[in-house]
Amino acid sequence: MPVKRVDKTPMPVREPSMRAHDFEEVNEGYCFSHAMFEAERCLRCQDPVCIDGCPVRVPIADFMHAVAAGDLPKAAELLRTANPLAAICGRVCPQEAQCEANCHMTKRFGPVAIGHLERYVSDWEMEQPLNDEVAKPRREEKIAIVGSGPSGLVCAGELARMGYVVTVFEALHAPGGVLRYGIPEFRLPNSILDWEIQSLERLGVEFVNNVIIGKTLKLEQLFGEMGYKAIFIGTGAGLPKFMGIPGESLNGVYSANEFLTRINLMQAFEFPQSETPLSVGKRVAVIGSGNTAMDAVRSALRLGAEKAMVVYRRSEKEMTARIEEYEHAIEEGVEFHWLTNPIEVLGEDGWVTGLKCLRMELGEPDESGRARPVPIEGSEFVFPVDNVVLSIGTRPNPLLHKATPELKTHSWGGLLVDERQVETTVHRVYAGGDAVTGAATVILAAGAGKRAAEAIHADLTSDREEAGKAAN
Amino acid sequence: MVKIVEKRPLTPITRLYRVYAPLIAKAAKAGQFVIVRVREGGERIPLTITDYDRESGLITIVVQEVGATTRRLGELQEGEEILDMVGPLGEAPEIPGGGHIVGVGGGYGSAALLCLMRELKERGENTTIIMGAREKSLLILADELNDICSHVEICTDDGSAGFKGFVTERLQQMIDGAPPGPPDFVIAIGPMPMMRAVEKTTRAAGIANTASLDPLMIDGTGMCGGCRVTVGGEVRFACVDGPFFDAHEVDFDEAVSRSKMYVKQEQKAAACQRSAAGAA
Repeated sequence: MPVKRVDKTPMPVREPSMRAHDFEEVNEGYCFSHAMFEAERCLRCQDPVCIDGCPVRVPIADFMHAVAAGDLPKAAELLRTANPLAAICGRVCPQEAQCEANCHMTKRFGPVAIGHLERYVSDWEMEQPLNDEVAKPRREEKIAIVGSGPSGLVCAGELARMGYVVTVFEALHAPGGVLRYGIPEFRLPNSILDWEIQSLERLGVEFVNNVIIGKTLKLEQLFGEMGYKAIFIGTGAGLPKFMGIPGESLNGVYSANEFLTRINLMQAFEFPQSETPLSVGKRVAVIGSGNTAMDAVRSALRLGAEKAMVVYRRSEKEMTARIEEYEHAIEEGVEFHWLTNPIEVLGEDGWVTGLKCLRMELGEPDESGRARPVPIEGSEFVFPVDNVVLSIGTRPNPLLHKATPELKTHSWGGLLVDERQVETTVHRVYAGGDAVTGAATVILAAGAGKRAAEAIHADLTSDREEAGKAAN
Repeated sequence: MVKIVEKRPLTPITRLYRVYAPLIAKAAKAGQFVIVRVREGGERIPLTITDYDRESGLITIVVQEVGATTRRLGELQEGEEILDMVGPLGEAPEIPGGGHIVGVGGGYGSAALLCLMRELKERGENTTIIMGAREKSLLILADELNDICSHVEICTDDGSAGFKGFVTERLQQMIDGAPPGPPDFVIAIGPMPMMRAVEKTTRAAGIANTASLDPLMIDGTGMCGGCRVTVGGEVRFACVDGPFFDAHEVDFDEAVSRSKMYVKQEQKAAACQRSAAGAA
């Protein structure tokens, strides 16, 4: 098959000069012939290792066979069985560090575009007439899911398919968690998320917005008067970190969470038709180098910033963003200032005017194994800026375990779980995703939601058997 | 969706709403708040829970129409619904017992003191409320507060009711020994300049003082950090750590500055609202 020895089929993208001014999706997606051609590049390895790079073990080799054979229904089924959030993961997974990193094509021609094909097949599936997978409550046990981010959505879907009665409680006015408030539409359109949520509703999952477990309802009420038999906590890692440098509370300084929530959840880009404001000036500095930093800096461009820059104390090599986001940001005109450490936000009359920084150089490796950035003496300088957006990480939200002292956590705030990595220190209360691991990826959260659903099913089955024995 | 069961004007720009929100009514504690979004495309704003009734499932909120969202809320009638309401949020304040507890309420802030003062009365505390407004017609809930406080002190800027002058002047008189006597603990709820002035007065007299801050908020769960305030040199989130803080430790300059972050945008939104109303 001569087709194999060619480069990876590039993803069609919108022109940078056009897309940098709106929130429409950047990637346009493969067409049928792209997909067929790309799937043919798969070497059909006898012992495929791509699957080992996938946290939810999508049977990638079989999937490639199905796509190459043009059997899209089968490809879609293989995908969805292993990864209920395929349309989302095809867009936001760091494939280059997972499945595609293991591909034998990677070194010479570039990996088979597993992520792009995952997206292609999921998008195809969304265009098909709705399947008949409808709610069939066969079991009477009710299960509560706390938080509607990726882990909660997957856990809810898996349990609903097993026949449980599932309710998802969301603190905000719309479901999706970080997929809704965090990831901008130019990377993950809301319509994709809405489709995933509607699929779950068709399975019988009930979504209840505007309820904060720990505030509106306590865990013991869910178990007691409301009759839930198990609870899954997927509350994520939503608490923003600040640097603790002077000037962080000046007007014009945002956490990336606030900046992106105003845009994504509250649609501030349509102000004043949409009533939530956002103050974006001509020069915006985003501190950090992860996907959230890329999302924030590219959103700033789209909201009219003339100079949008990333400021990071380490080097390009230590950047944690997906390579695609980085490349897209460069194409769109984002400036990158590596080895630059912010030490103070400067202001006048309460408003940001500048970001004072130090130049850094790389020294000996630190405890994380990465070269430690060391300040260069006397290198202090100031970027004149109108906004500073801090994207230096998030921690698990303490709200629920503050209200529930029996829920034990690590010192850094992650929930403690058992040796199966699912059950918390409270009987029949399970947890997964960022609330357990700290800030990580959508796919790891999805995997945790799936694992928890299996454990809940196993535990409730044994509870049922015990109760049956006791009754006899 | 949260149904408005009762709506009544308290002043030309302040209205009282009783809404059916049984889960919130059941969980609420005095001093907590809710976040509402009035309609699709609307902003999320925090509002203090003025009162709650666990039996009927109703909560009371008092809203002064100061911005686009509060005016939108004012357009809703009895029987209509508020799109989103979430709560109760924040922590109830810890108020030490045993002494003379004085609540100072400015404008609609008096409403926020209602269930807090009633709870203190039920605890058997000796309580006074000093409520202030520009003039008599802007005083709110004076009768209700009269029922639940040991003493009610009314202040108006123009002297049209009660003491002529600011709440802080009356507070100072009490500190100096005027009846009902000096406070041991002061709770301030109202506009930022008033709370700042109260703090100045209590600081000079060495009296403990808590203040309820209402900075800009979005989610109300600690996720955005937009409501951060500096208290005792540390950054705290008003939504989860507050809304009550030791007034003597609050950086009021910063809090005032942050509360004005969107003044320009608010004017634009108001103009947009007016032109839409004009077109209709």
